[in-house]
Amino acid sequence: MSGLKTNNAVIRWIEYRLPIFSFLDDAVGSGYPTPRNLNYWWNFGSLAGLALVILMLTGIMLAMQYTPHVIFAFDSVERIMRDVNSGWLLRYIHMNGGSFFFIVVYIHIFRGLYYGSYKAPRELLWILGVVILLLMMATAFMGYVLPWGQMSFWGATVITNLFSAIPLIGESIVTWLWGGFAVDNPTLNRFYALHYLLPFVIVGAVVLHIWALHRFGSSNPLGIEANGPQDKIPFHPYYTAKDAFGVGVFLVLFAAIVFFAPNLFGEPDNYIPANPLSTPAHIVPEWYFLPYYAILRAIPDKLLGVVAMFGSILILFVLPWIDRSPVRSAKFRPIYKQFFWIFLADCIVLGYIGAKPPEGIFLIVGRLATAYYFLHFFIIFVLSYVERPRPLPSSIGEAVLKGGGAAPPAAMAGEKA
Amino acid sequence: MAHSASPTHSGDGETRRDFLYLAAAGFGALGTAVAVWPLIDSMNPSAEVLALSSTEVDLAPIEVGQRITVVWRGKPIFIDRRSQEAIDAARAVSVEDLPDPQADEDRVQKAEWLVMIGICTHLGCIPKGQTAGDPRGEFGGWFCPCHGSHYDTAGRIRKGPAPKNLFIPPYEFTADTALFIG
Repeated sequence: MSGLKTNNAVIRWIEYRLPIFSFLDDAVGSGYPTPRNLNYWWNFGSLAGLALVILMLTGIMLAMQYTPHVIFAFDSVERIMRDVNSGWLLRYIHMNGGSFFFIVVYIHIFRGLYYGSYKAPRELLWILGVVILLLMMATAFMGYVLPWGQMSFWGATVITNLFSAIPLIGESIVTWLWGGFAVDNPTLNRFYALHYLLPFVIVGAVVLHIWALHRFGSSNPLGIEANGPQDKIPFHPYYTAKDAFGVGVFLVLFAAIVFFAPNLFGEPDNYIPANPLSTPAHIVPEWYFLPYYAILRAIPDKLLGVVAMFGSILILFVLPWIDRSPVRSAKFRPIYKQFFWIFLADCIVLGYIGAKPPEGIFLIVGRLATAYYFLHFFIIFVLSYVERPRPLPSSIGEAVLKGGGAAPPAAMAGEKA
Repeated sequence: MAHSASPTHSGDGETRRDFLYLAAAGFGALGTAVAVWPLIDSMNPSAEVLALSSTEVDLAPIEVGQRITVVWRGKPIFIDRRSQEAIDAARAVSVEDLPDPQADEDRVQKAEWLVMIGICTHLGCIPKGQTAGDPRGEFGGWFCPCHGSHYDTAGRIRKGPAPKNLFIPPYEFTADTALFIG
């Protein structure tokens, strides 16, 4: 027991037989010491968890009203919008919940990139995070197919066709994925089954992610390990309170979109029922896929385009071994910090290009941005050898109490390596 | 390795034991694969989907110069009863200069009837040109509005990002005016 003290006899009785209270206390309570200097960028992990819970709750309610059949799917969604009690609210929360999940997770990822959270000994924690991202993308893609609108159908067609780029067995794989010779009822059925299943797989991956997190605890903005108890504070009440504040801000923004601009992230074409014989003029994926779509289209060869698109995510798996600098936080890496912002800008440019037709200037910018995306990883590999980091503070407590990162010259970079 | 305590038989014993381990594991892996296959195969096209995998078309009502669209395996099939000018235009091109070189003769069974899968080979859109008033592109064939691919009167890619000519489905003429696709 982690010093769990209570006079409640019922809790004591349960705790003796199933130590769940001390388990929770160690996980998210006063028994979990956390660096005292976490800033608001550390709120986004718990926000991602909240978004997942919101999505699963609304999703289960929607599943009770939805019909996964090509003839009925579109109408059953319209019925949810018009006839089901609060159906419009459930659907708008679920729809925009997906977008907010990605917003929160992308911020969470870039936080990790800026502060070097992926470095030893947290490589597996990072890798599990990338696995969660891939699962999220698969889940989101299949969910988008379910309303069976024009974008649902043609998005499913284009994305499943990516697998046809695989030499020799590609066509058989696509037929297998479809359960037919085009996206049709069997495809819709299995996507529905998998869209229901995958969130639970995500929950499993999240449990592993948190388990790995608790092995060494959160990293922190300084990127140095805590020297002792004076560098840490209990998770509860300090970070439960801070996370709760973040939840409040998140819910305000989320409600603003759900109630005042519920279709902001959507495509109007998806309110037209799917028609296998007529393609919309511009097929655009959901916003959170746009950078990958831009990479796919930047490369004129179909197979290489698909390889580059998947490679843009898979390269994150080996990031802990590409960036070899012993200093974690960009705070003490003046050159890396600049490249971080260039990389972030590059990803936003890719997202913008992904929404545009691949012609003229958009194609050229898309190709340059794609090339830079991969070049970035080479740059930070070289940087980890040539960059001279600033001196690190000798402890979290010292930096916090002095109110800055300035440290005596004795605490040189590399000391923690 | 409990038996390896006896040094005289350790070599023999370990070999036999290793074999048993490998055989047991191999048999288990094989059995698992056999058991998993029906699960995977259940996702392949089912019998009733396969039963719909051919389409028959009566060509009699189609006039010269008319284009119709039929559905085969859920995909649009473009059928074009080509005029003599369209055939001549398709055959006047020098084949080597095409992005995906193919002679018009290799794309049709009867010069008059062009039968193709109406899906752009770029990203799977459906090209325009089947109904009157549609844009037909610079070569009088089909035009894909998604990313601007132009196809000629033989359905060959002439300009734009698509890598291949429109695909030809397997088909045969079962009578003069009866087409069997599939």
